[in-house]
Amino acid sequence: MSEKILEVKNLKKYFKSGKGTLKAVDDVSFFINKGETLGVVGESGCGKTTTGRTCIGILDKTEGQVLYKGKDVHSLKGADKKAFTKEVQIIFQDPYSSLDPKMRVHDIIAEGLRAHKMCATKEQERAKVQELLTTVGLNAEHATRYVHEFSGGQRQRIGIARALAVEPEFIVCDEPISALDVSIQAQIVNLLIRLQKEKGLTYMFIAHDLSMVKHISDRVAVMYLGTVAEITDSNSLYRNPLHPYTQALLSAIPIPDPEVEEKKERIKLIGELPSPIDPPAGCRFKGRCKYATDICDKERPELREVETGHYVACHMVK
Amino acid sequence: MAKLLTPLDKAAIRAEDFAKAVKDENKVEASFERTVFQQLVSSFRQNKLAILCLIVLLTIILSSIFAFLSPYDPDEMDVMNKMAGPSAEHWFGTDELGRDSFTRALYGGRVSLSVGFSAMVVSVIIGTLIGSVSGYVGGKVDAVLMRVVDIFQSVPSLLMIIVFFSFVPSNMVTLIIMLALFSWTGVARIVRAQTLTLKERDFVVAAKVLGVSHAKIIMRHIVPNMATQIIVAASLSVAGAILDESALSFLGYGVALPKSSWGSMLQNAQQYILYDPLLALIPGAFILLTVLCLNILGDVLQHALDPRLHK
Amino acid sequence: MEKLLQVKDLKVSFHSYAGEVQSVRGVSFDVGVGEAVAIVGESGCGKSVTAKTIMGLIQTPPGEIKAGSEILFEGTNILAMTEKEWAQYRGASCSIVFQDALAALNPTLTVGRQIAEKVMLHTKVSKADAYKEAERLLTLVGIPNPAKRVKQYPHEFSGGMRQRVMIAIALACQPKLLIADEPTTALDVTIQADIIDLLKDLQQQLNMAVILITHDLGIVADVAKKIVVMYSGKVVEKGSNTDIFYRSKHPYTQALLRAVPRLDADENQELESIEGTPPNLIAPPVGCPFSTRCKECMNICQTQEPPEYEFEDGHICRCWLYHEFAQGNKEA
Repeated sequence: MSEKILEVKNLKKYFKSGKGTLKAVDDVSFFINKGETLGVVGESGCGKTTTGRTCIGILDKTEGQVLYKGKDVHSLKGADKKAFTKEVQIIFQDPYSSLDPKMRVHDIIAEGLRAHKMCATKEQERAKVQELLTTVGLNAEHATRYVHEFSGGQRQRIGIARALAVEPEFIVCDEPISALDVSIQAQIVNLLIRLQKEKGLTYMFIAHDLSMVKHISDRVAVMYLGTVAEITDSNSLYRNPLHPYTQALLSAIPIPDPEVEEKKERIKLIGELPSPIDPPAGCRFKGRCKYATDICDKERPELREVETGHYVACHMVK
Repeated sequence: MAKLLTPLDKAAIRAEDFAKAVKDENKVEASFERTVFQQLVSSFRQNKLAILCLIVLLTIILSSIFAFLSPYDPDEMDVMNKMAGPSAEHWFGTDELGRDSFTRALYGGRVSLSVGFSAMVVSVIIGTLIGSVSGYVGGKVDAVLMRVVDIFQSVPSLLMIIVFFSFVPSNMVTLIIMLALFSWTGVARIVRAQTLTLKERDFVVAAKVLGVSHAKIIMRHIVPNMATQIIVAASLSVAGAILDESALSFLGYGVALPKSSWGSMLQNAQQYILYDPLLALIPGAFILLTVLCLNILGDVLQHALDPRLHK
Repeated sequence: MEKLLQVKDLKVSFHSYAGEVQSVRGVSFDVGVGEAVAIVGESGCGKSVTAKTIMGLIQTPPGEIKAGSEILFEGTNILAMTEKEWAQYRGASCSIVFQDALAALNPTLTVGRQIAEKVMLHTKVSKADAYKEAERLLTLVGIPNPAKRVKQYPHEFSGGMRQRVMIAIALACQPKLLIADEPTTALDVTIQADIIDLLKDLQQQLNMAVILITHDLGIVADVAKKIVVMYSGKVVEKGSNTDIFYRSKHPYTQALLRAVPRLDADENQELESIEGTPPNLIAPPVGCPFSTRCKECMNICQTQEPPEYEFEDGHICRCWLYHEFAQGNKEA
């Protein structure tokens, strides 16, 4: 059994708003093993980004616990906190807002090196930055340029180089390819996979594109309205989806093959996504689920392990 | 097999052209993006008024700096020639003591402009510091600092300065401090609002995740990214400080005699306004032109530097 | 099939501070009556500009539609129409649905009024009848409880429902051609599937031609019977959906199909990464636009524009690889 690098226990993250309490993440539990990729999928507003950001301490939690290598992420202080910022990094969705437009590429990448005093001399720092640029597939000459001269895909590479600079073990990839063109997406995904193999990284890969998540992840967590609906390894998620929401989601993904598409039976969801502000009691999905019964109204389904490593939160799955 | 649809010039196609191409992988493409400076230049080019303002402002500033080139001493009296009209020797005439009005206005400009610019620098420093800390830290610190800003903005600043000067002698330094003390609040508000949006940007979050200290985040990421807004606020703040200084000098609370500023020249001129309106018109015109140019330039800068206002 | 729309050698440029951006550089394709055609390409490939030109929504200046370009709608060149004819054409003959429904709807007017206004603009009907028509259209696009919904404002609708409203507005006055410009890009997958299904149903039910513009090859697989693949302002390949998905000829189309993971694929499917970035349209490469990123690139690709080759009926590809000299290359 591999070692758990991150463990999330009953995490809740609420935001107070004028209209009520927005329950962005409501009682979520999962773990990530060292060296694996956990994909987190869900539609907009399901709390996947909030979960990712709370896990690495960018956002405070409301309740629950996030343990990184056994230590509570939200109560780290001093040297422990500094060490945590060296081990855990994030890659962002928007390649435009994630890089400081007033800085040169060299300074952007060197920022982490400086914060952790990883290079003794300027020479070392320059060599390290150039090595990082080559690792992510850019040119060493790019170091003196400003970010506005780069395309979206190249910017994303700079963002990856920045995260890699501090030699992290765990990286949260927050929709790193959603803003990119199709032909560029594969470049970035292949780069991330290569880096994982070379450096033994652990990823939490957040995305709404289920086919890409299935491709890159070892295990996948499907989120719906602040809760985890199902977690399992990526192949059994496709072959044997148990949660009705996962089934509907899978059937909605277009497949680039006319014959397959024509034969495909789509499971249509009834109704609309409820608001995460004061969401329905009981099962969050019940209003759109054709299997819903009385118990779904009354009780919130627990995330249960129904097969080895296959967790589902649904009353109807036996 | 494939059917050719486009007519081809057979002679131009040689078999060796079909060899696999060797590509230079390391080619770095040219950039077509504009820098801030290029944007600025192009928006000045499109705006004739802005160029005119820049020229006028630079002329006033330069001639104030080089006022010593004038053949007259600003304080030298020439009673025989008092209240003279414009002439070849005295371009804008002389005042009630026979001093050359033009030279006096230039020396007055030194005082007015240096008070204005110094007050701006001080107020921008205070405003940026308080605004960025307030916005970045948020919570109680923000609430307290913003109430302080509210208090400063709700007292009548000129009256307070006048009261203050009844206890403390007024000179250049106290004047600059006083003016800055009541004008940093505008900058602070702008800086705070910008900080609030900037601190949510991903590059600031990235710096936090990298373990960069808060002070460094403010210095390296937040302040440089609102440099444009600060510049705009600063240009308007100079205009405000010059006006306030003139008003104070006019009321007799400006710099001490015999030093003069545009404001004190105006005060001087009011006794003779009926005999020689030119005495009041000259410093008045200098104040008007300077403030107007600064305001227009501030507006142009704002449009040039703010991408949301781009067409 | 009878031809409804013929785009012939369309060239559109935009003049900017840095020079002339050649967004569309000689695009030709046909749309038959009641046919669904997809234009696929990445951002900046000129697909949206092509759609806007067909709708007459290109502002000149800074835009410029080059001489020699022709767009025939039922045989008339619409590029030569007067402003009055355009107004009649837009809406009554041809309608467009944009990506961002929230920006396209007026937030201060009820949805019913926005549909009714469009109806009254093109047909002489009473206000009451126009509102009745609005209700009918909302039912047609699958919005439940239309009698109540016509009185609501856009912000009371969810993203998917707003896109349905946009389609309802576009359908008012029974256009013969509906252009959907990335209609689902801003939507979640489950809602995207609903909207695509709706467009497909409407196309068949109303015998209306649809041009679906998208960057996602997957969503057009089932909807469009004809696919036009654009790259850098040019059509690199066009053909039926089976031609494109099973027998694609152009290296770009082939690479694009291998660059996206398939949900039904086995484990460890290798994604093909297309290195480099699309060329800059201010200084587009001479020769083939894809030559800078193509793995098969030959010397001639960088100097001479590739000719068109036709494979089966209507399957056309622009690539030097199908020249007889290149065939010899392969065997050697």
